[in-house]
Amino acid sequence: MALLEVEGLHVAYGKVEAVKGISLSVGAGQVVTLIGANGAGKTTTLRTISGLLGPSAGTVGFDGRPLAGVPAHEIVAMGLSHAPEGRRIFPRMTIEENLLLGAFLRRDAGVAADVKRVYDLFPVLGERRSQAAGTLSGGEQQMLAMGRALMCRPKMIMLDEPSMGLSPIVTQLIMSTIADLRSEGITILLVEQNAQAALTLADHGHVMETGRITLSGTGPDLLTNEAVRKAYLGED
Amino acid sequence: MTLTELLQLTTGGVVLGAMYGLIAVGYTMVYGIVQLINFAHGEIFMLGAFGALFVYAWVPALHEISLWLALPIMLAAGTVISVVAAVAAERFAYRPLRGAPRLAPLITAIGLAIVLQQLIFLYAPLRELRDDRWETTVGAKQPQLFPQLPGEALQLGGVTVQWADVLTLGFAVVAMLGLAYFVRRTRTGRAMQAAAQDPDIARLMGIDVDKIIVIAFAIGGALAAAAGLAHGLRYGQITFDMGFIAGLKAFTAAVLGGIGNVYGAMLGGIVLGVVESLAAGGLSYVDAVQQFGGGAWKDVWAFVVLILVLLIRPRGLLGERTGDRA
Repeated sequence: MALLEVEGLHVAYGKVEAVKGISLSVGAGQVVTLIGANGAGKTTTLRTISGLLGPSAGTVGFDGRPLAGVPAHEIVAMGLSHAPEGRRIFPRMTIEENLLLGAFLRRDAGVAADVKRVYDLFPVLGERRSQAAGTLSGGEQQMLAMGRALMCRPKMIMLDEPSMGLSPIVTQLIMSTIADLRSEGITILLVEQNAQAALTLADHGHVMETGRITLSGTGPDLLTNEAVRKAYLGED
Repeated sequence: MTLTELLQLTTGGVVLGAMYGLIAVGYTMVYGIVQLINFAHGEIFMLGAFGALFVYAWVPALHEISLWLALPIMLAAGTVISVVAAVAAERFAYRPLRGAPRLAPLITAIGLAIVLQQLIFLYAPLRELRDDRWETTVGAKQPQLFPQLPGEALQLGGVTVQWADVLTLGFAVVAMLGLAYFVRRTRTGRAMQAAAQDPDIARLMGIDVDKIIVIAFAIGGALAAAAGLAHGLRYGQITFDMGFIAGLKAFTAAVLGGIGNVYGAMLGGIVLGVVESLAAGGLSYVDAVQQFGGGAWKDVWAFVVLILVLLIRPRGLLGERTGDRA
């Protein structure tokens, strides 16, 4: 059974339906990606899975438990972490304070070691640990957002456009970090507009258009799919 | 005006300002998280004063001991009433309106303020000492006498300081030290900071933001109750509508200090208190502007300060620039 199961999910903002019945599943240890243009409903899907939004229909199940009615802060406690779109680090707190908030629910002694692990993963964060997070560059803020999402020792992490607005070099660093996380056994649901990078990493991919999944397949399949190449990889 | 008179006015202003500051913390803390101006907060302050009076009036044993010994019990009673009222207001009046247009909770707050005032005006269970006999009355239709602290006022280099003033300052100092510790050093305090900066992301960290909001209302209620007790002791009487002007002043203090900042709330309160005291007291010494001095004008000067702040420095003394979210 898959770690995350989404069945017939509909989400509406008032009368506008942003997600129109999508189903997907993410198996333990897999990297699954959701690609598509701006406004396709990818972020809405993630926000609904993590409990920030309520679905108008459909179900989400995580680790064998239905998430209907479970508040966002309890979903995190079940081991589902979410690094949101736009990084959303706490700008007036230091880097270290941001990371410690990521471990808010933990009361074990391993938190300090995990902070160090994040600094090993992203040395620049360690060098600036007592600096206000708002002073970091976009790429550094993305590293912090990912590090913070890892601090709760999640079973699964959802990454919303980690490459948004980043230079190709930083994007590559972020993507190779995602590959490292996968090899550590962390399950990943990756939302990206950078289809090339996302599909290269993914076991499985879904293409989302105006609230629906229009195409699904393995990463390599979609990379060679003609429609995908035309629409998302900028080929004629 | 002599230096002693100036010092006397300043001292009075600091004490008054400390009281405003204690109330202002409740405004600013709640605003910091839910962007709601809780205009019923002045009434929470009023309920704190009445709660202290209720327990004094209805527990005869408190009349037998020094008021100093009765104070902790009165403070506890006021705190319980204020905290329960503040938390109930959040739960039943404001929470159902979360996500509604901003005008809706604002109007609800004003309505709630009127309800709380009228409840005390019509139904407050009171006992008063008349001709050496305790008589029961229902409803605070008249100003209610508040017990007074015994002992001579202190004389510090010609400046007279009442014991109630000392107590007010003591409450303010303890409250601010406690808040500083709470915000910086406790888990819940850090969660509150996170919720104030970005509530959705705080949820994603595993923070129960609804619980944090309740805690903010409760802390605000407790500090308002301390201010209510201090007010009763300072002025010797309390009224059902005492929360109106005090609430407006405290709101002014919160804006002056930078809304959302708890230290700013206390600083704003003290600045406002001193301005009010000096303007009201000091101007009557100057012939040309004598008619603008005196107690009748002190509220005018307080709101002149509010208008100036809004014009010159809308984010307040310690307020942070908005738009710093990445």
